[in-house]
Amino acid sequence: MRLQIERLPAPLWLRTMIPIASVLVTFLLTSGFVIAAGANPLQAAYYFLLDPLSNPVRLIEVLVKATPLLMTGAAVAFAFAGGYWNIGVEGQLYMGATAATAIGLQMDGVPAWIALPLIVIGGFLAGMGWAVLPAFMKVRLKIDEVVTTLLLNYVAIFFVSALLNGPWRNPISQWPQSPEIAASAIFPRLIPRSRLHMGFILAIVIIIALWFVLNRTAFGLKMRAVGLNMEAARFSGIRVDRTVMIVALISGGIGGLAGASEVAGIHFHLIDAISPGYGYTGIIIATLGALNAIGVAAAALFIGLVDTGSQTVSRALGVPAYLGDVLQATLLLVTLAMLLLQGYRISIRRRSGAPQE
Amino acid sequence: MDQILSVSFLVGLITATLRVATPLVYAAVGEVFTERSGILNLGIEGTMFLGAFVGFTMAYQADQAGMPAYLWIGLLSAVLAGIGMGLLMGFFTVRLGVNQHVSGLGITLLCTGLSLFGFRLVFGERAVLPSIDPFPQLTPFGGIPVLGDIFNQYLLTYIAFLVLVPLSWWLLFRSSFGLNIRAVGENPEAVDAAGLNVFRIRYLVLALGGGLMATGGAFLSLAQLGAFTPGIIAGRGWVCIALVIFARWQPVRAALGALLFGGVFALQLRLQTMGFKLPFELFLALPYLVTIAALALSSRHISYPGAYLKPYRRE
Repeated sequence: MRLQIERLPAPLWLRTMIPIASVLVTFLLTSGFVIAAGANPLQAAYYFLLDPLSNPVRLIEVLVKATPLLMTGAAVAFAFAGGYWNIGVEGQLYMGATAATAIGLQMDGVPAWIALPLIVIGGFLAGMGWAVLPAFMKVRLKIDEVVTTLLLNYVAIFFVSALLNGPWRNPISQWPQSPEIAASAIFPRLIPRSRLHMGFILAIVIIIALWFVLNRTAFGLKMRAVGLNMEAARFSGIRVDRTVMIVALISGGIGGLAGASEVAGIHFHLIDAISPGYGYTGIIIATLGALNAIGVAAAALFIGLVDTGSQTVSRALGVPAYLGDVLQATLLLVTLAMLLLQGYRISIRRRSGAPQE
Repeated sequence: MDQILSVSFLVGLITATLRVATPLVYAAVGEVFTERSGILNLGIEGTMFLGAFVGFTMAYQADQAGMPAYLWIGLLSAVLAGIGMGLLMGFFTVRLGVNQHVSGLGITLLCTGLSLFGFRLVFGERAVLPSIDPFPQLTPFGGIPVLGDIFNQYLLTYIAFLVLVPLSWWLLFRSSFGLNIRAVGENPEAVDAAGLNVFRIRYLVLALGGGLMATGGAFLSLAQLGAFTPGIIAGRGWVCIALVIFARWQPVRAALGALLFGGVFALQLRLQTMGFKLPFELFLALPYLVTIAALALSSRHISYPGAYLKPYRRE
């Protein structure tokens, strides 16, 4: 008998095992930090994974946390699947949030059925607008989009903080924040007296659209071909530049929508900490979800769970809530390594025929 | 306006420029090395952050234990942590050959999380930020009024400009190790065929780069501030990523870019404290915008290392 490793796509059962195995390895690797903080890793795992599911209030909070993550995860996954390394979702989110605020501030006396679509479209277009420059530079000038999208994140954040310290400064508040948007521009609650809002529905719609476009349309096929091998795609007659441009703009738009949803659904005004890095978490989620819609949805819900859990762990066990950040980063790196297994098939071969020698 | 044109203002500005540029010089030169070997290390922002945290925390503990060389213990620990992160980056991008962007960002997220977690664990939630006596400034020309002030700098600043930059230039363009680094970044197959170990060279360069990035971070906590705050790096690592492209992968140009950034940063800070009503965020965004513009204008002339972003597999 001997172990044989071949370069073949792994069987489906193995591919579905990869995320589960990644989570287990991550918990093993990070349990040292939990022990260092003087807590029991199993107890921490309970608070991280099961406690948020144990009562409806916390369960809803998981969905609230997952709402922007579903969107940024989808934005990143869509871009990456099309071979466009959009690291700029964070900035696109900030621009979407800015547009939503700008529109929301003008909506006094405007009915909700006009205000809400305007917020959604405005957020999408602003994110899209912020994605134009790096996409154009990629397509026309062949400039690596990773660096340009990354740098524009900081420009967007500085832009927002300039607005909040200048023209939009709310005189009543001692913090740099904008005045509150009009009541009609606020996303309706899905469950009364909870924070779960219309943005969650939008996020689900985006995930379904992501699945549909990637798996059921000619464009999805084209963009995935571009993502796999740009030169081969070009050779086979796909208009690569056009495809990359569309992928980049839609990805940016989804990022912008995430920002609009946070303003209109959670904060009701613009703050400079509107996102604690949702754009970057989107990269974790897209990677965990193996760039497909169902994977992204599962990963976003999981990260939402860990986010909620880290607060509980902090309260119950006195472990700093930053453990959640360590956990997410470790999970990303572990998954990145584990995904390599996807390309291999490991089998046990009994030696047949005459015994050797 | 008279204030701005005075000699003392100019001297103050130059002095501050050198200080602001120092951490960028360390980190940008580190990134020049890794990118020259074909690896974009987006772990830079996090590695600087980890360097600042480890440097400060170890120095603080050593100081509490009464060790006189506590600052050097801090610096050494930071360098080791940086080397560790460089090697981890190597494990992902050199050994496993997975995506460099995602690996690098993963390392930045990991370093950020670890540092914040570690800081809270070691120091708890305090009303007063823990601090140490930082590295002193050298005053070689203390006797000369006004102009002598320019030379009132930290030892690490002197090392950055007078040792690190020339040495890196020599190492990269005049030594055989530098030739190997550049060859690995341009054509790893040829290096392999020549009987050199591509993997070992890339690991070495990533370790070197990580150590330099962490030194840049540690400069902020051990020299400039004498403390560690969550906003201590604030995107300086990404500025370095921009500087490296701006400098076309040359250490001397990277140092010049760092000085340019330092000058703009120091100027906006000065104008702000003098009460000028300026949207200072615009100044902060300037280096990013300038880099993007420079990229767009010189796109035809920029030649990335040939094996940039490409993992090497021996098959």
